[in-house]
Amino acid sequence: MKPFLAWIPGLSRSQWLGAAILMALILFALLEGWLHQGDSTRQNLSNYLAAPSAQEWFGTDHFGRSMLARMGDALRLSLMLSLFCVATAALLGTGLGVCAAWMGGITERLLNFLANTLLALPGLVLVLLLAAIAPGSFLVLYLAISLVLWIEYYRVVRAQTQVVIRSPQLEASRQLGFGRWYLFRRHIWPAIRPSVLTLAAFGAGNAILALASIGFVYVGLQPPVAELGLMVVELLPYYNDAPWALAQPILAIFLLILGFNLLAGKAK
Amino acid sequence: MIQRILINRLLQAVMVAWGVGSLSFVLMRSLPGDMAYRVAAGRYGQDNVSAEAAEWVRQELALDLPAWQAYLHWLLDMLRLDLGVSLISGAPVIDEIKHQLGHSIELAVMAILLAALMAFPLGILSGLRARGWLDRSLLLLSSLLRAQPVFVIGLMLILAFAVYWPLFPVAGFGQGNDWVLPAFSLALALAAVSSRVVRDSTLAVIHSPYYQFARVKGLSEWQTFRQHGLRNLSVPVVAFMGIQLVGLIEGIVMIESLFSWPGIGHGLAHAIFSRDVPMIQGTALMMGLLFVALNTLVDLACYKIDPRGRPE
Repeated sequence: MKPFLAWIPGLSRSQWLGAAILMALILFALLEGWLHQGDSTRQNLSNYLAAPSAQEWFGTDHFGRSMLARMGDALRLSLMLSLFCVATAALLGTGLGVCAAWMGGITERLLNFLANTLLALPGLVLVLLLAAIAPGSFLVLYLAISLVLWIEYYRVVRAQTQVVIRSPQLEASRQLGFGRWYLFRRHIWPAIRPSVLTLAAFGAGNAILALASIGFVYVGLQPPVAELGLMVVELLPYYNDAPWALAQPILAIFLLILGFNLLAGKAK
Repeated sequence: MIQRILINRLLQAVMVAWGVGSLSFVLMRSLPGDMAYRVAAGRYGQDNVSAEAAEWVRQELALDLPAWQAYLHWLLDMLRLDLGVSLISGAPVIDEIKHQLGHSIELAVMAILLAALMAFPLGILSGLRARGWLDRSLLLLSSLLRAQPVFVIGLMLILAFAVYWPLFPVAGFGQGNDWVLPAFSLALALAAVSSRVVRDSTLAVIHSPYYQFARVKGLSEWQTFRQHGLRNLSVPVVAFMGIQLVGLIEGIVMIESLFSWPGIGHGLAHAIFSRDVPMIQGTALMMGLLFVALNTLVDLACYKIDPRGRPE
């Protein structure tokens, strides 16, 4: 238990609040999948836009599909995507950042060039362009969002690693004959860990936002997939008849991003 | 110094063009079906497509070249701003995006101005009375706004000010006050973050030694603020604008789609939805160049405000 607690030293009160919001959402997503076992695509046209009731806790949408099942699906989708994207971006960005700082020279210049090229376009435009190659593909969205996210890690990690590499402590360890892996674990990782974790929380929020945004402009995942941004567009015409249905995906996006922002703490 | 800024941004513009051009080329090649027929259908209408017309297009556009030659041709065409014709409407892409770009710039400028009008007074007031009631309530408000995607902010404004109180048009263009809600949505998203930057910057400036000294030597509170405060506190804020521009451009895509604003972002979303590659290329290119242009303006503003970076 101790090593895990040491991993998250002294969360502030707002960070705990963020963690609690996220835990509640994750719990909902898991429990819905485990206990409810509703079908998010089964239509029931004689029971459309029904208000929340004992059978349908969250009501039904314009095709009579269970909102509870759809919200569960959508939350699992968003959380999975953010998990995959953040893991990929963090590994890639941290690895390449440390590499660039360590090797210097041509490696560093090439990687900097790559990062600057990608940064020349606003992230969402790049994701949109890549999404256009294969519309409705989860894999392409995952790759595109990761491709945008890793740059942040790369830049921060490279800058911080450069400082550590020039430090007398690391030089001392090196001269004692320790290997690169040891140097990384003992000297570099402790220095970059707080930034990497903060960026991970922000990155997760951004991944969810990106998915919802391209769903909202209708070029991301395609119906009948239950996706938060897509659900907002689909339910928008029924704002008057079924405000509770429209409010659900909006509230979910809001809570997800708020949770991750709070967890990330104050931006530097 | 100014030259360095301009050269760097010019390089960025070249990277944008190359990146967008290459991606569009891949996109064009990966479209299903014969490209010659596709272009012919776009130009002459679905009913007038024949093998002859397709062959003619193939000859003219050199579509049977090997991939790398076609790629070079593609990039050269783009350099000459020959962006082709839309696969859907058949109109030259350059005409359509020229039209759209103006609307997008209008929206972006209005949003930045509105955001500055909100962020500066509110940020400075909460910085002067840090941890007071205004500061705390603005912090809460900004955290809540920051957790919303910009399209949700737009949606709320529509529901409140176009549906419940019908003061402004729900969407569309050409009624005089149509820009208010879209520009205001973007501005709220921008100001939610930048007002906090103004606040932190104000707090740092009024506790700095030179500010204290100006007070001690007898300047009034207002004189001190005008002479020593305003310019110093705006340096980090304007620099931060550069970071926010990414959010602004992304917001433009969503807000224009939401409000059916006839700009570049709306055009891009539409083009992607209908897989109209020449339009995708044109709109993404303009979006990227708009991003570079706004970044250049921010760089120049930083240079103007802060003399410390300049050579003697």
